[in-house]
Amino acid sequence: MEYEVNIGIEIHAELLTKSKVFCSCPVQFGAPPNTLTCPVCLGLPGALPVLNKRAVEYAILTALALNCKVNRNAIFHRKNYFYPDLPKNYQISQYDTPIGIQGYLEIETSNGRKRIRIRRVHLEEDTGKLIHSGGRITGSDMSFIDFNRSGVPLLEIVSEPDISSPEEAKEYLTNIRDILVFLGVCDGKMEEGSMRCEANVSIRPKGSEKLGTKTELKNINSFRAVERALQYEIERQIDIVSKGKEVIQETRHWDEKNERTVGMRSKEEAHDYRYFPEPDLVPLEIDDEWIERLRAQIPELPEEKYERYKNLGLTPYEAKLLAHDLELSIFFDETIKLYSNPKNVANWLLVDVTKELKDRNKVITQTLITPQLMTELLTLIDEGRISGRIAKEILPELIDKGSSPRKIIEEKNLVQITDVSQLTSVIEQVLKENASVVEEYKKGKEKSFMFLVGQVMKLTRGKANPKLVNDLLKKALG
Amino acid sequence: MELADLSAHELLDLISKKEISPQDVVKSCIDRIEKYEPLIKAYLSIRDPEEVINSVREDAPYSAIPIAIKDNILVKGLPNTCASKILSNFIAPYNATVIERLNEKAFNIIGKTNLDEFAMGSSTENSAFGPTRNPWDLERVPGGSSGGSAASVAVGSAIWALGSDTGGSIRQPASFCGVVGLKPTYGTVSRYGLVAFASSLDQIGPITKDVTDCALLYSFISGHDPNDSTSLNVEPYRYSPLTGDIKGMKIGLIKELLAEGVDPSVEKCIRDAIKTFQDLGAIVEEVSLPHISYSVPTYYILAPAEASSNLARFDGVRYGFRASGKTAEEMMSNTRGEGFGPEVKRRIMLGTYVLSAGYYEAFYLKALKFRNLIAGDFKKAFENFDVLISPTSPILPFKLGEKVENPLEMYLSDICTIPINLAGLPAISIPCGFVGNLPVGLQIIGPTFSESKLFEVAYGFEQATPFHKKRPQLGGNSYGV
Repeated sequence: MEYEVNIGIEIHAELLTKSKVFCSCPVQFGAPPNTLTCPVCLGLPGALPVLNKRAVEYAILTALALNCKVNRNAIFHRKNYFYPDLPKNYQISQYDTPIGIQGYLEIETSNGRKRIRIRRVHLEEDTGKLIHSGGRITGSDMSFIDFNRSGVPLLEIVSEPDISSPEEAKEYLTNIRDILVFLGVCDGKMEEGSMRCEANVSIRPKGSEKLGTKTELKNINSFRAVERALQYEIERQIDIVSKGKEVIQETRHWDEKNERTVGMRSKEEAHDYRYFPEPDLVPLEIDDEWIERLRAQIPELPEEKYERYKNLGLTPYEAKLLAHDLELSIFFDETIKLYSNPKNVANWLLVDVTKELKDRNKVITQTLITPQLMTELLTLIDEGRISGRIAKEILPELIDKGSSPRKIIEEKNLVQITDVSQLTSVIEQVLKENASVVEEYKKGKEKSFMFLVGQVMKLTRGKANPKLVNDLLKKALG
Repeated sequence: MELADLSAHELLDLISKKEISPQDVVKSCIDRIEKYEPLIKAYLSIRDPEEVINSVREDAPYSAIPIAIKDNILVKGLPNTCASKILSNFIAPYNATVIERLNEKAFNIIGKTNLDEFAMGSSTENSAFGPTRNPWDLERVPGGSSGGSAASVAVGSAIWALGSDTGGSIRQPASFCGVVGLKPTYGTVSRYGLVAFASSLDQIGPITKDVTDCALLYSFISGHDPNDSTSLNVEPYRYSPLTGDIKGMKIGLIKELLAEGVDPSVEKCIRDAIKTFQDLGAIVEEVSLPHISYSVPTYYILAPAEASSNLARFDGVRYGFRASGKTAEEMMSNTRGEGFGPEVKRRIMLGTYVLSAGYYEAFYLKALKFRNLIAGDFKKAFENFDVLISPTSPILPFKLGEKVENPLEMYLSDICTIPINLAGLPAISIPCGFVGNLPVGLQIIGPTFSESKLFEVAYGFEQATPFHKKRPQLGGNSYGV
C-alpha cells in the first residue's frame, strides 16, 4: 500500500530582545548560572510580570512576515503544570487569542511551490534549565537549576499538518529560520537551543480523508536531525501499519546517538494545563497604526531577494545560496552598487570568500573586508593589473586586515607583468633551462607545455599575465 | 487615655506642638505589645524595640507613628510567612511597592501581623501559628484575614496598619475590632510585593483608628506603579482636610444585604446609622442589586481558581519549607502536602477543579459572567446614588472555633464584602455602634475612584457619633472613654 505523510511543526524561537519578556533582566547567553535573575523571573512571592513591548513587536513582525492575521486584542493565559524548571509552576503563554493566526509560508518542493499553512504565532516565556550532575537525569543524584533562561521571550510558531516529507520539513524549517534571522528577531541557532523544534507525524493510506494517529517528536536539536528523525519515524509507522497494528498516540524522543525515536512514559501525556486568562496582565491593544509601522520595518526577505538575484542574472543555485545568507546578501547588495557585474561578485562571494570565512568560522560582518575593498579587488582583475590567482592570494589580507588590494600589490610588487620583452626574456631562460622538456613537447607530449607555463609563472612569482605567457610560449616553441 | 490610644493625626499634632516627644509614642506602643501581645497574638514577628525607637527621626514625623504590616506584604529583611508553614523560614528579599512608598516618608514598621494562611479566611484562625484574639472579647475572633492588623490597631500596639482585602479581609476585621478599614478601588494601590491570593480581587489598604488616618495613609500608598500591570495610571488621591459635609447626598441602602441572615442587633445599628445620615441632611433610600446574592458562589469559583495557580509556586524548590522525597515530584508533592493548611488545600482543590478540562466553561466562565452582572448592578445603582451602604458583616464577632467545622457558613458571612471586590469598587468600614461590648461596622461603597467621597461620608458620620473614640478594655486596665 502507498502511504502519504502529514507533518506539523512547532517551532520555539528565543527572541533577541535586550531584556526578558516580563522583567528587565538582560537576555544573554553564557553568563554564570543564576546571575541574570530577579524576583519576577524567579517566581518569588509577590512579584508581578510587566510585558516587554519589544517582544510583542517581534511577535507581530514575525506574524506579518508569515502572512498571519494579527489579533487586535490578544491576551495572555496561564498554562499550569508543575516542573522544577518552571519557577511559578505556570507558564505565561497564549491560548485561544494568540498574536498571529491563519498565516502561511510557501516553500520549494520537488513538485514545485507549496503553501504550508501556519496555525498560530504566539508569545510566551521560556523556562529555566535543569542541569543534572553527571549530565543525565537517570542515575543522577543531584540536579541544579539555572534560571538565567527563565523569562526569555519565546515565539511559538505552529504549522498545520501540511508538510508531506522530511525534505519538505527541512525546507520549511530553514525558511522559517531565515525569515527570523532576516527580521533580526532570533539568531536561529538550533544547535545552541535558541531555536527548537517539535514535529507531529502521522501516515495514512494514499487518498484517505482522515488523518492517521500522530506521534509527537521531541529533542530534535539540529536541521540534520529533523530530516533523520522524521524519516525514521515515518518508516517506523509504515512498518507498524503494514503489519496490521496501530500507531499509538504518544510523545517520542529522538535519540541522536542511536538514530531512533523512543517512546516516553505515557504518564507524561496526561496533562490538563488548566488554561485561564492571566489576571496579572491586561489585554494587548494592537492598533492598525502600530501594525502598519511594524509592517514598514520588515526588510527584504529571502524569497524576494531570490527573485531579484535571478533577475540580475545569477543562476537559481547562486541566487538561493546568497538570498538565504543575511550577511553575505547585504554585502552583495552593497557591492553591486559600486560594481556593475553581479555575476562576478556572486561568484567571488560564494566560492573564494565563503571558503575563507569557513576556515575562520566567521560571518562576513565579523571580518574587515568591505564592499569597497571587494570592488577594488575585482576592478584590478578587470583592468588586467592582477591575475585571478594573485587576487585569491591577497584575499586573506583584505579579510583579516582590511588592507587595500591596490596598496598590497604596489607594496609587494605584485602588479601583473604584461611587458612582452620582459616576458620573452623569462621564456627564453625557461626554455634554455628545460631543454629536455622542450624536446618532449616537440615529440607531442602536451602536458609539457603546462609545465613550461608553470615555470614561467614561478620565475615571475605568479605575476605574469597568463594569456600573454601562453601566446608567447607557443610562439617561441614554434 | 494613653498615647497608644490616639490616632496618628492626633499624635502628629501633639508632636508638632512639642507637647510629646516622638519616642514617647513608640514607647507607648511597645508598652502595649509587652502588656497585651501575649493575650492578643496580633503579630507573627516584632522588630527589636530598640531598633524601632532608634528609627525615629526628628525630620520625619511619620517615623514616630508605628505601623503594623500584614505578613503577606513583603518588607525587605523581615520574615514573610503568610501565616503558613510553607513560608515559615522565608525572609523577604525585596520591598513591596507600598513599603517603598512608606519608606520615602520614613515610616516606622513595628512588626508583621497575623492572618489566615495566605489571607484565606474570615477569622484569623487559619494561621499555622495560632489564632489572634479580638481585643474586645478574648473569646472571640478578630475577623480575618487581616485580623492581626485590625487587632493591633484596636489594642494600640500599632497606631495604624496595612492589610489586604480579597473578599473583605480588611473591612470585616476592621468591623469586628471597632476600627476603620478601606478596600481601595482595584488598581489604585500597587500589588507588587503582596503575596497573591486572587490577583484580580486583591488590594492592599489601610486599617486605622479613624477616617482621617485612613485618608492620610491611603494617600501615601496609592498611585500608579509601573511594576504592577493592573495598576491604573490615574490622578492619585491627594489628602486634604475632611469637612464631613454630606448634605443633599443620596445614599442607597442595599436591600439584599439587610435581609434575612443579618443579626437583628447588627440591623438595629445600621438602622440607627441611617437615621444619623438623615440627620446630617443626606437622603437615604433602599436600592435593589438583583444579582448580589450570587456573589458568594461567584467568588468561591474565581478566587480559588486564581489561588490554585498563584500558590503553585510554593513547591520547596527555590525557597521556603522543603519536605523530603525520593524524586523532585515527590519532594514537591510532600512539601505542599505538609506545608499548606486545610483551608488552603481546600481552596486549591476547588480552584483546580473549576479550571479543569470539561468544567472550565460550566464554572469559571459562568462565574465571570456573573461577575459582570454584579458589577453591572452597582453601575446602575450609582446612576441614582452617590454611595451605597450595608453592614460590613451580617453577624457579630463570633467565638473562636465556632465556625471552624463549617466552612460554608464562614464563607456566607462574607456576603456583604465580597461583591465589592468582584466589582472592583472602593468601600470603607467604620464603627457604627456596639452590641454589648462588641463593635458593629458600617460599610460605605462608592463608584470607582470615589475614595475622597467615601472619606467625606465616613467622616461626616464619624463626627456625629462617638464610636471611633471607644477603646477595648483589657485585663482590668480601663483606658476607655
